[in-house]
Amino acid sequence: MTSAEIIAVIESQFSEAVIENEDLADHQVELDSAHWFDIATFMKNDPNLSFDQLECITGVDPGEDSQLQTRYNLHSMEYRHKIEVVIRHDRENPKVASIEQLWRIGDWFERETYDMYGIIYEGHRDLRRILCPDDWEGWPLRKDYEGQESYHGIVVPKIKEEEGWE
Amino acid sequence: MGVVQGDQMTLNIGPQHPSTHGVLRLEVMTDGEIVSKIKPHIGYLHRCFEKHSENVTYEQVIPFTDRCDYLASMNSNFGYVVAMEQLMEIKVPERVDYIRVIMGELNRIGSHLLALGVYGLDIGAFTPFLYMLRDRERILDMFEYTCGARLLYNYMWVGGVSHDLPKDFEKICIGFLDYFEPQIEEYNNLLTYNKIFVERTADVGVIPADVAVSYGVSGPNLRGSGVKWDVRKDEPYSIYDRFEFDVPVGNGHFGTLGDCFDRYWVRMLEIQESVKIIRQALKDIPGGDVHQALPKKIRPPKGSIYRRTESPRGDLGYYIISDGTPVPFRVKMRSPAFTALSCLDEVSRGWMISDVIAILGSLDIVLGEIDR
Amino acid sequence: MGVLENKFQDNVIVASLDKLLGWARSTSPWYFQFGLACCAIEMMASAASRHDLERIGMMPRSSPRQADVMIVAGTVTMKMALRVKKLYEQMADPKYVISMGSCATSGGPYWQHGYHVLKGVDLVVPVDVYVPGCPPRPEALIEGLLKLQEKIQTERPLTRKIA
Repeated sequence: MTSAEIIAVIESQFSEAVIENEDLADHQVELDSAHWFDIATFMKNDPNLSFDQLECITGVDPGEDSQLQTRYNLHSMEYRHKIEVVIRHDRENPKVASIEQLWRIGDWFERETYDMYGIIYEGHRDLRRILCPDDWEGWPLRKDYEGQESYHGIVVPKIKEEEGWE
Repeated sequence: MGVVQGDQMTLNIGPQHPSTHGVLRLEVMTDGEIVSKIKPHIGYLHRCFEKHSENVTYEQVIPFTDRCDYLASMNSNFGYVVAMEQLMEIKVPERVDYIRVIMGELNRIGSHLLALGVYGLDIGAFTPFLYMLRDRERILDMFEYTCGARLLYNYMWVGGVSHDLPKDFEKICIGFLDYFEPQIEEYNNLLTYNKIFVERTADVGVIPADVAVSYGVSGPNLRGSGVKWDVRKDEPYSIYDRFEFDVPVGNGHFGTLGDCFDRYWVRMLEIQESVKIIRQALKDIPGGDVHQALPKKIRPPKGSIYRRTESPRGDLGYYIISDGTPVPFRVKMRSPAFTALSCLDEVSRGWMISDVIAILGSLDIVLGEIDR
Repeated sequence: MGVLENKFQDNVIVASLDKLLGWARSTSPWYFQFGLACCAIEMMASAASRHDLERIGMMPRSSPRQADVMIVAGTVTMKMALRVKKLYEQMADPKYVISMGSCATSGGPYWQHGYHVLKGVDLVVPVDVYVPGCPPRPEALIEGLLKLQEKIQTERPLTRKIA
């Protein structure tokens, strides 16, 4: 099925969830975060769509004063078709339903996006940092991230961009 | 087998351990010798690859991709340049495609040799490690002859490669392949038909096919469970559709379908398939200038792309978002070893602690890629 | 020594005790294989058949209690730095540290934007020999080890240290 057909199938079941967005390409669709878990269950179990492989979850921070995004790349082993789902979150309180019970790899992918961006995945059974230490401060991949001064007594020298070592 | 109800013990297989997979910490909750739960802790090698890629130019990201999967850095480069060339719609000269396939497959052989040698070392066999590394050194010699580096090459650039093949490379390569093919029989005698190795790996750590797909396992791990999925055949990139090669799939030869032995056997067969591909590529390689299509300045159009390629560990995917400037906006590497390690908990429940080492070795993980 | 030279047969050697101890202590340092990242692969390649490390006396040990030299091969991150210090403290004296590769020396290619990378392992443990390279060739690592052997040879363990 082509991406347009897949989006049409999703729209026929969840008409209020698909959001129009001109910035996205043909293979991407933006969905409302309120219905995400139901749509994901439908996309996995529907015999025409059958998206059984979650390829990748990417977090995106488009810049200051904009909404954080989570992008899911889905693929079907049976029909060999793909779709990319974009979901936007509020910057102050980003959260969305977790899909780790549907695709088990979602467990670690969502923990990584939480670690890097601070997006909370509700319903995740064990949401904690995965790459940075548990007592790290801040969300590293956000565009306004400031590194911490020291960690457990190890002072990290600040590197000046133009002049090199301080 | 009866289970003695005792207290739970937590064993820490710490970040530093003699197995050479890297800095991985496994918190193993056991009931005596039987494992009831494993919590892997990663992040001991988190080197901020994604943050670096947002601050350097597109060409400067390539050495960083080398260092993520350091055992197969040609394939890591390959994945990135394939994604970039699709985003920028660049068509590379044919000679570049052939050179990339040859280098990628040679690196695949080298990576599998190291993975299998180290797997033998984990099980307890020291000789295959020495023999496989000796043959891998000859592959590294060829890489050094071409581009000057042994391990981290920075070889594939967007639009071409950094150095053309040097004089007599075809002769040296064919000489190596003629020497190498009989050696595979020697490795089989050392490991495959070795009763102790078979006892320790057959029937151990079975991953059923649907569990594997749900956990995102790919590459030889998925093929060992019977699923015939290879990105080179199913979503072909570069010129892989011109070559004839099989996709080996596990068949439960010595034990159950999807056990550690199947994953090991798929890797052994893949080495032979890679030799076939290199021979075909060397026969048909055309002439030409490899630097012809290198863009003067890499400034892709606005947009995003997700493209995956087949690295020796599985589906290596790059999600690149470009905003029209020479510096990437977001580069995310979807690493196959990350997904392979996530299924360790479910697969090793009910096995003994020494079986956990066998299962971990059969998944062939590289921590540089997991932690990026 | 000049007075006693050539006064005996050929199979008698006269030398100072320091030299004897230096030779004994330096020629078989057992290393603690602390491979973290890409440099670990080059360390394994130096221990394999082509560039054999055992011919200069180095044997890999997996436990810090049994090792003399710790070769820190690869990038040290903040999460790992605390463990590096703990493992260094678990080694028995006399102990030495070789920092292999540019990541362990000063942060390597990750020096500029690496928020999680320790810019040099000498911020947590004292280093004796630095081996540069990314990754250093096995021959470069062997040269670093031979330099460490020279350094151990010039130590004078019998001299009482004054202050």
